[in-house]
Amino acid sequence: MTASGTRSSSVPRDRLRPAGSTEPAGADVELDASDVTALAVRTEGLTKRFRSGQLAVDGIGLRVPRGSVYGFLGPNGSGKTTTIRMLLGLVRPTSGVAWLLGEPMPDGAGHVLPRVGALVEGPAFHPYLGGRANLARLDASDATADPRTARRRSDEALERVGLTAAASKPYRQYSLGMKQRLGLAAALLRPRELLVLDEPTNGLDPQGTREVRLLIRELADAGTTVLVSSHLLTEIEQVCTHLGIMGRGKLLVQGERQVLTERGVARVTVTTAGEQVGAAAEVLTGLGLAEVLADGVTLHALLGATAPEEVSAAIVNAGLDLVGLQVRRPSLEELFVELTGEGFDVAR
Amino acid sequence: MSHADVLADGSADAAELRPSSTPVRGAWGRLVRSELRLVFGRRRNQALLAGLAAVPLLLGLVLFVTRDSALAGQGPGFVGRVTGNGLFLVVAALIMCLPFLLPLTIGIATGEAIAGEASSGTLRYLLAVPVSRTRLLAVKAVATMTFVAAAVLAIGLVALAVGAAFFGLTDVTLLSGTTIPLADGVLRVAGVAAYVTLSLTGLVAVGLFFSTLTEVPVGAMAATVIVAIVSAVLDTLPQLAAIHPALLTHHWLDFAEFLRVEVDWGVLSSGMAVQAAWVAIFGSLAWSRFVTADVSS
Ligand SMILES: Nc1ncnc2c1ncn2[C@@H]1O[C@H](COP(=O)(O)OP(=O)(O)O)[C@@H](O)[C@H]1O
Ligand SMILES: [Mg+2]
Repeated sequence: MTASGTRSSSVPRDRLRPAGSTEPAGADVELDASDVTALAVRTEGLTKRFRSGQLAVDGIGLRVPRGSVYGFLGPNGSGKTTTIRMLLGLVRPTSGVAWLLGEPMPDGAGHVLPRVGALVEGPAFHPYLGGRANLARLDASDATADPRTARRRSDEALERVGLTAAASKPYRQYSLGMKQRLGLAAALLRPRELLVLDEPTNGLDPQGTREVRLLIRELADAGTTVLVSSHLLTEIEQVCTHLGIMGRGKLLVQGERQVLTERGVARVTVTTAGEQVGAAAEVLTGLGLAEVLADGVTLHALLGATAPEEVSAAIVNAGLDLVGLQVRRPSLEELFVELTGEGFDVAR
Repeated sequence: MSHADVLADGSADAAELRPSSTPVRGAWGRLVRSELRLVFGRRRNQALLAGLAAVPLLLGLVLFVTRDSALAGQGPGFVGRVTGNGLFLVVAALIMCLPFLLPLTIGIATGEAIAGEASSGTLRYLLAVPVSRTRLLAVKAVATMTFVAAAVLAIGLVALAVGAAFFGLTDVTLLSGTTIPLADGVLRVAGVAAYVTLSLTGLVAVGLFFSTLTEVPVGAMAATVIVAIVSAVLDTLPQLAAIHPALLTHHWLDFAEFLRVEVDWGVLSSGMAVQAAWVAIFGSLAWSRFVTADVSS
């Protein structure tokens, strides 16, 4: 898949760093020119405390580079939807600021939102109208949409999500998956520079989830920035170039997925012919690998900065039989547990 | 060809297809038409209109069946005059619908307008389109008012048809006893219907305000109906005579002016002025609430 590699090289390498409130206050609140063009979404100290007293979002600093697929992850109740509502101008931040495509929100809503497609906390449509009629309703309310192309655009959007056959069926007769698809179709009614998709895979079966991932990849390849949230890491992780992990209203970590994944300490497992375990252990130690442990015919070691190819080459060069070599990096899920001390699906 | 393909090739076409942020001409009309289709296309609203239209039908039927009985020519308001001239069925039916059924209609329509969209979640998608909140509120007000006008019209037209069929239409005897030609009479009754419609604008503004306060359309509806009823009750207390002229419902029956030889336009315009004041106050409240409200449904 070329999507991640080619595109992320053109955006600033966002090194892994703790985000939000741990940054020195006001350190980079100044909006510099490169950020405006390079970031599709940017927030500074974005905070929402509901009238109930609930601190739903706690000073987060999102950085979504243009052209990226940004996976916005976090357990249920961690503040993803509230953040997205603030980005779209639905909810007013208690403090902090947000820019969408370089324009401040919510003041810039009229200019920016026509270029943004959104799915927020599940689809919502008029139950007694069909899919196409619901899209027509949304398009009619868009003052900047061309009415002459409305029908064609809605048909294309329906086609794209595979709903053409059910276009006239009342929404209330849609299955959960069909509803979710119609929500995606609404987000695709016009060409968009940015898509904000809140849990787009909710309610979809594995096949539907795959289709959504494919759609995201397609859109991203065409240059659309995608901010996609999920409480299920595995459903979207594969398509993301960037990840941000929320926990209890805070953005715990964000950055390129590559960088986040590499942060974890990789372990190598080497299997040799039985009598060669001792010699192989010496080779590994010789390569500078730490914590070399023998377990029957297998050896475990921390990989460190050594490339797996170097390990296999060294073993073969030493005249030993390499039966198996496996590199295991801690999954992002394990990283998440490490960061938050809680499991991924634990709601607060 | 999908949008993505179009954008990918980076041609001039792609630039054209990039969403522009400039409003298209006629956008207002397009949204109003869409809103009207939504309101009038809804089964429940159609049933509501049909129910209101049934009031003059039932009333006409009852009066027709009992017209030879001892009770003929009796009843409140203009009911007694209906058997003499079917035109008065319009006035009698409007009087019957004013205290409760029309406020209920307004409550349902305004409750649906904002709170209904909020509770179904469609409000967040409208605002994300984006529709400016001010524009949306204005369009909702226009559509609700149109629906209320349609309700009054439905009552009036059915009453006219039923009245003509059962009792016939003749020259109209005014309150003072003067008789005017039927055509003039029809005009005056149309004036009654118009005045009744405009008299309801204040309650529409109140209803829209309640609708911005909650995500429960039934709550907004109930509050609106209660305001109308409480206003009518207060209007009956002589102790509160000082505030009567400002009450929402106080001038509702002033349409009787149209049935005098000399229509006192001063009376009618003071009724309209009171409605305008209610519209101004509750319209502003609804607006200031709606443009700042968190949409978290
Ligand atoms: N309108 C609201 N009023 C009060 N609390 C809310 C409201 N909406 C969300 N919350 C609370 O804010 C927190 C974050 O919610 P949300 O943003 O929906 O999380 P997520 O989308 O990550 O599951 C939750 O604890 C939720 O209960
Ligand atoms: Mg959510």
